[in-house]
Amino acid sequence: MVASIKHTLVASVEDKPGVLNRVASLFRRRGFNIESIAVGHSEIAGLSRMTIVVDGANTAVEQVEKQLYKLVDVVKVTDITSDSMVARELALVKISSTTATRSEILQIVDIFRANIVDVAPDSVMVEVTGDENKIDSLLDLLKGFGIKELVRTGRVAMVRGTDGGSPIDEESVQKITRRRKK
Amino acid sequence: MRLNGAQILCEGLVKEGVDVIFGFPGGRVIQFFDTFAQYPQLHFVLVRHEQAAAHAADAYARVTGRVGCCVATSGPGATNLVTGIATAHLDSAPMVAITGQVDRPSLGRDAFQEIDITGITLPITKHNYLVMNADEMAETVKEAFHIAGTGRPGPVLIDVPSDVWVEQSEFKYPEKVDLPGYKSVVKVYPEQVKKAAKAISGAKCPIIIAGNGVIISDAYAELKELAEKAQIPVINTLLGIGCFPQKHVLYYGMTGMHGMAYANYALSEADLIIAIGMRFDDRVTSKLSTFAPRADVVHIDIDAAEIGKNVKANVPVVGDIREVLTELNKDIEKQSHADWLNQIDQYRAEHPSHEIRDCANILPQNVVRAIAEVSGGDAIIVTGVGQHQMWAAQHSIINKPKSFVSSGGLGTMGYSLPAAIGAQMGRPGETVWSIDGDGSFQMTLQELATIQQERLPIKIAILNNGYLGMVRQWQEFFWGKRYVATPITGPDFVKIAAAYGVPGEVVSDRNEVKAAIEKATNYDGPYLLDFRIEPEENVFPMVKLGSAICELLEQPKSEVKTW
Ligand SMILES: Cc1ncc(C[n+]2csc(CCOP(=O)(O)OP(=O)(O)O)c2C)c(N)n1
Ligand SMILES: [Mg+2]
Repeated sequence: MVASIKHTLVASVEDKPGVLNRVASLFRRRGFNIESIAVGHSEIAGLSRMTIVVDGANTAVEQVEKQLYKLVDVVKVTDITSDSMVARELALVKISSTTATRSEILQIVDIFRANIVDVAPDSVMVEVTGDENKIDSLLDLLKGFGIKELVRTGRVAMVRGTDGGSPIDEESVQKITRRRKK
Repeated sequence: MRLNGAQILCEGLVKEGVDVIFGFPGGRVIQFFDTFAQYPQLHFVLVRHEQAAAHAADAYARVTGRVGCCVATSGPGATNLVTGIATAHLDSAPMVAITGQVDRPSLGRDAFQEIDITGITLPITKHNYLVMNADEMAETVKEAFHIAGTGRPGPVLIDVPSDVWVEQSEFKYPEKVDLPGYKSVVKVYPEQVKKAAKAISGAKCPIIIAGNGVIISDAYAELKELAEKAQIPVINTLLGIGCFPQKHVLYYGMTGMHGMAYANYALSEADLIIAIGMRFDDRVTSKLSTFAPRADVVHIDIDAAEIGKNVKANVPVVGDIREVLTELNKDIEKQSHADWLNQIDQYRAEHPSHEIRDCANILPQNVVRAIAEVSGGDAIIVTGVGQHQMWAAQHSIINKPKSFVSSGGLGTMGYSLPAAIGAQMGRPGETVWSIDGDGSFQMTLQELATIQQERLPIKIAILNNGYLGMVRQWQEFFWGKRYVATPITGPDFVKIAAAYGVPGEVVSDRNEVKAAIEKATNYDGPYLLDFRIEPEENVFPMVKLGSAICELLEQPKSEVKTW
């Protein structure tokens, strides 16, 4: 067994209908195992940014990169795994609570610098951001109280410092901007 | 200039140099056809099934190197194109397929003949478009032809809602494309070329496997120069047929499942494989873990994703084949590999692979050879899929590149007849032979009507064995000779052809093969020959599925008589 090495890929894609479908279809068809994928706008109008987490143990990461590049709507792909990066995930979790357990929950939430964002008579909703480990640990501790509902965003990531990361070259930016104007 | 969507598309087709479109009409493309009629420089070929339109466009592209074009209506018209688009996709044939779509207000409502063809063709096109307003049309056409025809070529689909055909827009055809995510020109890294040269100069037993990429990139002279300078033997894939002179001393034939035994032995013994414009398909490598165990690999391809996909490359070189080889040839020094070449020559002497047994019936191999002889190797050969395809590949003489047309990647039965139409339209002055199986022919024989309507002088040779022969061969070898679902009857092909206005004859005497082929060749028009061949003839050599490529079944020696 190859040890699980999670790779973080950043893909900058043109903001067009169907582009997520193209990426998802590619992953399915090639049997790429994707742990998570998070999509949203980037700093450039017309360009979306995807953060894709791939387990290198069961998927050839280089193939994922190369195949992504073949999609016409994909402008740039970077594997930032070995860069120094900030990686975050957000989770909302609804936990059963009673007056007896609420303060204990609050304490745990505090330690993790998470927030209570909603309180109901028999449950609380917690919002937490952090890397996957932090979220996993928090969930572990909260499990005992009874998790009623959970949602996680999947990883988003950015390389530290001014250099590095996944900059888009000026020419591509111009092309994207021109296309948006049309 | 204000034009509507249909006019803009037609203007774009003219600007892109399209001269022929294959297709079939329907409710959602009426508007397009109505406009099309005003462009006499665009010739329309009415096929009898949309699959044939796609195959014809694909073959037109393969024999000309230009982008082929086809059109179909929404729904069933579009889905009928799918097999043809997939065929083109797997063999990297440049094609633009245009489909009509329900009008915009009906989209997503399951309207009559609405089908999500961009969704369906997502994994079988290089790219596709749904044109949501006429303003996008000009740019879409420009991009579609650019994407289809550059880099690693492939099919692109343009889906047009019917109200976009009639929507007006200001027409200005873009000079260039603005695609931030698509690079048609791949920069060749000189360090990689240097590494390749170094690997080649260090090899004792190098071998070149040349594929379709050499043909697409017109790199014949460069390939020949490389082989001659470094004295490297050359073998090719099925789709690489014609990329290297077949009479050359360094040529050792086709490799793969039904390749020449000596080519496969050489490949297994090589210490360096120089893979050029090929993708290590499993029909070439067979069981990957046993493939070319001693060899390092220099892999040259324009598609970076092909490198390292199936076989690890020690030296990857990404780029246009011709450009890479031009650079590589500058760095290559004269070499000789006399011992290595002698060794392969010896393999060839011991395992000629071209041997044919003696038989009272017509042997299909001899039909192919007679076609080669009569045409002098100057005909375009277009095959179906099955045994006849392999015999055509093994025994044809192909003097010119882009003249062996066959569905390699998808293996699409029914390809031959419609593809022959595209080939003949692409190269009107040349002889086109459709070498087809009786099974394959029955999948698309309605295209005889198209041939007749267009007065195309296509010559058709059916290698009629009364079987879905390739499957029967597998049943014979691996399934206890249980011929389930493989005996196939057919109509009287000569009568069928006659009904379509195409003359023909049955040939069942082995002594009449050549005369019949001469007659067909000299006939001024299409002609069909129904060769009643030895029913249970097998294709040799054959690599068993799951074995190494050097473990071949060969024609039993006892049966062989020199022909
Ligand atoms: C559309 C399609 N269906 C099924 C097959 C599977 N198949 C491969 S070869 C073959 C037999 C082909 O028969 P025929 O055209 O008569 O050629 P022969 O092998 O007899 O020369 C079949 C059924 C295929 N390749 N394509
Ligand atoms: Mg047959």
